[in-house]
Amino acid sequence: MKNKIYQSFDAAMADVADGSVFMSPGFGGVGIPRNLLAALHRQGARDLTGVSNNTGTLDEKVDVGTLIAAGQVKKMYAAFTAPTHPSQVTPFVQMYNNDEIDAELVPQGTMAERIRAAASGIGAFYTPASVGTELAEGKEHREINGRTYVLEYPIHADYALVRAWRADTFGNLQFRMAARNFNPIMAMAARITVAEVEEEIVPAGELDPDKIHVPGVYVDRLVQIPPDGIWD
Amino acid sequence: MATDKPRLQRQAMCDRLAMEFQDEWIVNLGVGMPTLCSNYVDPDKDLVFHSENGVIGYGPLAPAGEEDPHLVNAGGQNVTAVPGMAIVHHADSFALIRKGMVDVTVMGAYEVAENGDFANWRIPTRKGGGIGGAMDLAACAKQVFIAMEHCTREGQPRMLKRCALPITAPGVVTLVATDLGLFRVTPQGFELREHAPGWSAADIQELTEAQLIIPEDLQEFRFRG
Repeated sequence: MKNKIYQSFDAAMADVADGSVFMSPGFGGVGIPRNLLAALHRQGARDLTGVSNNTGTLDEKVDVGTLIAAGQVKKMYAAFTAPTHPSQVTPFVQMYNNDEIDAELVPQGTMAERIRAAASGIGAFYTPASVGTELAEGKEHREINGRTYVLEYPIHADYALVRAWRADTFGNLQFRMAARNFNPIMAMAARITVAEVEEEIVPAGELDPDKIHVPGVYVDRLVQIPPDGIWD
Repeated sequence: MATDKPRLQRQAMCDRLAMEFQDEWIVNLGVGMPTLCSNYVDPDKDLVFHSENGVIGYGPLAPAGEEDPHLVNAGGQNVTAVPGMAIVHHADSFALIRKGMVDVTVMGAYEVAENGDFANWRIPTRKGGGIGGAMDLAACAKQVFIAMEHCTREGQPRMLKRCALPITAPGVVTLVATDLGLFRVTPQGFELREHAPGWSAADIQELTEAQLIIPEDLQEFRFRG
């Protein structure tokens, strides 16, 4: 069996080239691959395109906003490109207002489905979300059984950085509670998937095959979060 | 002056919307003011609270010290598990939404129009927008309830003939609670169902751009019993 376990986050992020597309899950502060994002920040790759629900928060924790603030990201796909409250001026908002970063605003369910489309070999799909709004302008519309839909395309990525609860050495992953969010679909969508793992990585065979959220065939690299890693 | 009278509190507005939830409804509450709807729990109703991050069936906020660090609602607040809860990933969570299984979504808004349009994601003078799951929910939930202040901070009406801001979804709003009353969206326009104590229909019309329909059975605003 191929060894997927890396001894450090830095080693797992070492080959991310300038210009790569990366996916970063997380929602409501949980399920965020903070250790891998910190390593990608140290690694310094530039001209990255990020795919993430939001564009970073104002708290001190490492998230996609850390890479944005460092000037490593040229474009974001996100469901939030403006603060929900005008006082929340994140590094992204400052850079976006100054045209220093590009962004595509995507309704959250459409983003999730575009990721799942990439993860499942779907060429495009029709969704009713955004019909009648300015986000649907210029997109192909189609009426199906009396309802209007817009055509949306997959979002592909070179890397998915994910945060798992449990894993085995084959790369099978489990998530816990709301920390699941975008993790499974991103793990299955990217060309190379790297997981940081909260619990001790167990030998293949110890996880119940009926309780796997992401099969190990999708997962390329595993890093155990050490006691002094980023936990929350 | 009419505008100086006391107005409804946010909790009262959300309580009133929550009174409209029916037994066995799947309910999705937007971040911010709408989360107050979950403070009103009618023991005679079995409600399933759905959060777009894939939590189907969560309970009240977790008491301090008893938070499960992996369990949050759409606003990132630590909530509690309830019997029957299920977790799915984000794509499946929105599959449930698009299928039309959510009976009601409660959201905030900048503007609501008498044709049921509403706007809550973009201010054109600011670059970008904050949609989150609002467009998916608004387009696909069976009903959209809005909780918002009746006027802007500058005193301008938010209940309009047509939205001036970019809309979130066309023709979907069914019920609006503001700090002045409760309004149903009908094919003919906004119908004032209940008025805040001390506010006449004429007072409320003065602060509303759209023409209100005033029914004969207009009532005073109902508070949590």
